[in-house]
Amino acid sequence: MKYLSLIKANLLRKKLRTTLTIGSFVVALFLFGFLAIIHGAFNQGVDVAGVDRLMTINKVSIIQPLPISYRDQILRIPGVKRVTFDVWFGGIYQDPKNFFPSFAIDTENQREVYPELQVSDDQWKAFLDDREGAIAGPNTAKRFGWKIGDRIPLQAPIYGGTFEFNLRGIYHGAREGDDLSQFWIQYKYLDEHRPAALKGQIGWYTVKLDSADDAPRVVKAIDNMFANSPFETKSETLQAMAASWVKQAGNIEFLILAIGGVVFFTLLLVTGNTMALAVRERIGELAVLKAVGFSDRFVLVLVLAESILIALVGGAIGLALAKLWTLLGDPTGGMLQSFTLPTLLMLVGIVCALAVGILAGILPATSAMRLRVVDALRRV
Amino acid sequence: MAIPILYNLRSMRARWISAIVAVLGIAGTVGVFVAMLALARGFRATLVSSGSPNNALIRRAGASSEMDGSIPLDQVKVIQDKPGVARENGQPLVSPEAVMVAAFPLLTTGTDANVQIRGVSPEVLRVRPNIKIVQGRFLQPGLNELIIGKNVASTYGGLEFGKPIRFGGGTWDVVGVFDAGGSAFDSEIWADSRVLNQVYKRPENLFQSVTLRLTSPTALSELKDSITADPTLQVQVDRESEYYARQSLLLTTLITVLGTLVALIMGIGAVIGALNTMYSAVSERSREIATLRAIGFGGGSVAFSFVIEAMVIALIGGLIGCLAVLPVNGVTTSTLNMQTFSHLAFAFRITPVLLAIGILFALLMGLVGGVPPAIRAARRPIVLALREL
Repeated sequence: MKYLSLIKANLLRKKLRTTLTIGSFVVALFLFGFLAIIHGAFNQGVDVAGVDRLMTINKVSIIQPLPISYRDQILRIPGVKRVTFDVWFGGIYQDPKNFFPSFAIDTENQREVYPELQVSDDQWKAFLDDREGAIAGPNTAKRFGWKIGDRIPLQAPIYGGTFEFNLRGIYHGAREGDDLSQFWIQYKYLDEHRPAALKGQIGWYTVKLDSADDAPRVVKAIDNMFANSPFETKSETLQAMAASWVKQAGNIEFLILAIGGVVFFTLLLVTGNTMALAVRERIGELAVLKAVGFSDRFVLVLVLAESILIALVGGAIGLALAKLWTLLGDPTGGMLQSFTLPTLLMLVGIVCALAVGILAGILPATSAMRLRVVDALRRV
Repeated sequence: MAIPILYNLRSMRARWISAIVAVLGIAGTVGVFVAMLALARGFRATLVSSGSPNNALIRRAGASSEMDGSIPLDQVKVIQDKPGVARENGQPLVSPEAVMVAAFPLLTTGTDANVQIRGVSPEVLRVRPNIKIVQGRFLQPGLNELIIGKNVASTYGGLEFGKPIRFGGGTWDVVGVFDAGGSAFDSEIWADSRVLNQVYKRPENLFQSVTLRLTSPTALSELKDSITADPTLQVQVDRESEYYARQSLLLTTLITVLGTLVALIMGIGAVIGALNTMYSAVSERSREIATLRAIGFGGGSVAFSFVIEAMVIALIGGLIGCLAVLPVNGVTTSTLNMQTFSHLAFAFRITPVLLAIGILFALLMGLVGGVPPAIRAARRPIVLALREL
């Protein structure tokens, strides 16, 4: 540690260059954070979806309805703890581009099947007491500046006309990564106000299991039960379902890995080049250090420490900026479902920065280590 | 007096490692920037080319996309007699269509994707003359027959020309493949609208949209006026091309915003790389610079010379970035169209304009990265610099 001041002096020798190299790391790790945020936005739900819940949809596609009578039949299957259902409402607030998912929920079972989406008891009661009541996620409420008690008109292209709701509550996600953009209304209310031909039709069931181990058996039991009926079903764990939506959206992972790879490779070159310059300029000094008795290993560590320090400082600043940005809110105006930077990925970022620091420093450091004192001193 | 550019080129060769680092930084940024724009442009082009300015698309009033409209047959009958509707042999060129989705596994991942299924009328190929059957034949009305877009067989499992397929509670024969010229229809499956309604247990005479051919692109306003004036019709009329352009808006904006942000951040990184390279060049060459000044070159020419050097580095980087990203042109990828919940294949589209934007971006980075070091080079006192070392 007593050599820290030596490293510091070396770094401050060319302040501009050190600042710029740190700047490269700041930018690269900020970008890393940004890509992690996008990745999170597209994979939102997959990581937290869980395997102890199933989603049962119409086999043809999620848009086709299922009869509400299936609920009691599914409940009879051993291993099923609870069943709830949703109906896609597809409400539009002012303009179609203000998209957020809205559905009618089964108020009896919603809170038991989705315990992570929490509503305080008095808000929930106010919601149940008002047939035109609605509950919104904090992201959607914030996006449009809604407060509890507001009257919210939504166009409903699927059902025709405009519906008006009173915002009675805001739910909160118990876990990082929960979808905070949903908008809920009461199924009973929707069913009363839609055309007779659509009554009794629901969108999809969510089935809570006694144990995740039962999932394969219950999936089979549900789908077999309704095979060859007019409404055949397809069941999957919530996790598998979320993953298949992500895969439909495209190969986001590849895109992110490609960009990240390009950036880190460039960073490696920039830092390596800077360190090589620093060593070349200081050949004389390093030779003197060796001449007065410092070991080869000491010189190696000295140079390496410099590049690692640059990497860590730059990386930490970049990630901190990215984190700060997520706290400021979503720049696309709500088009992304989530805009958060998980702590785990920040750690990954620091490790990546560290790796680049070591890789970039290792070549100049070994050349400094191998330096022959006589040659180096003679050069100046 | 200007310093010959040869001096800069030779200097770059002498310090090739630093130069290459800067070049690669800029190349990577330009490559990513152009690729993202090509993605957005490709998606937009696919949807826009789906609609023809010569066609009108009619949906129920208030429906945000084809998926959530409904138009009964009696209204279709009223619509097809309106002025502005093209006719052939006395037959109106109108295709009332039922639009559904069905889940088929993606060949790449094995997970399900929503494929758009369009129930069409026998007139559809005359309404959309840019669509050609390239294999097999058109489907026969009244039968469980399908024709598929040219991207379908290579994207989804189980859908092959000549093979039967079960879905939606019926067994279908794939009797033909059509080419829609790279538009969204290439990702669709077409069936007879009445058969499709039957299989999906919907009323036989209910459609989601009506597409019709106009006598001329200008006939739209005439048709629109006549339809709006008719109290029996609660529908909205759009030019087909405009409807599809609007559909592409959400995703195109998303890709462009995200892509520009990524490029911007990378651009800052590349500028820092260029600054680093140029500052090192200036400090390493302080003696050369002082010598140049001493033999009579002015501070302005020295500064200009360094800016030129930075711009040359940036230009080379920009060119390499553009060249590296060119092979991506035409590569097909796919995504989910959130407006219709259906899966859509499209191709990256790199145009000369995009490449020019990329090069301009590179030159801008060179300028920003080159000017501050150039100013420092010009300001160095000659005597001090010569005395150094």
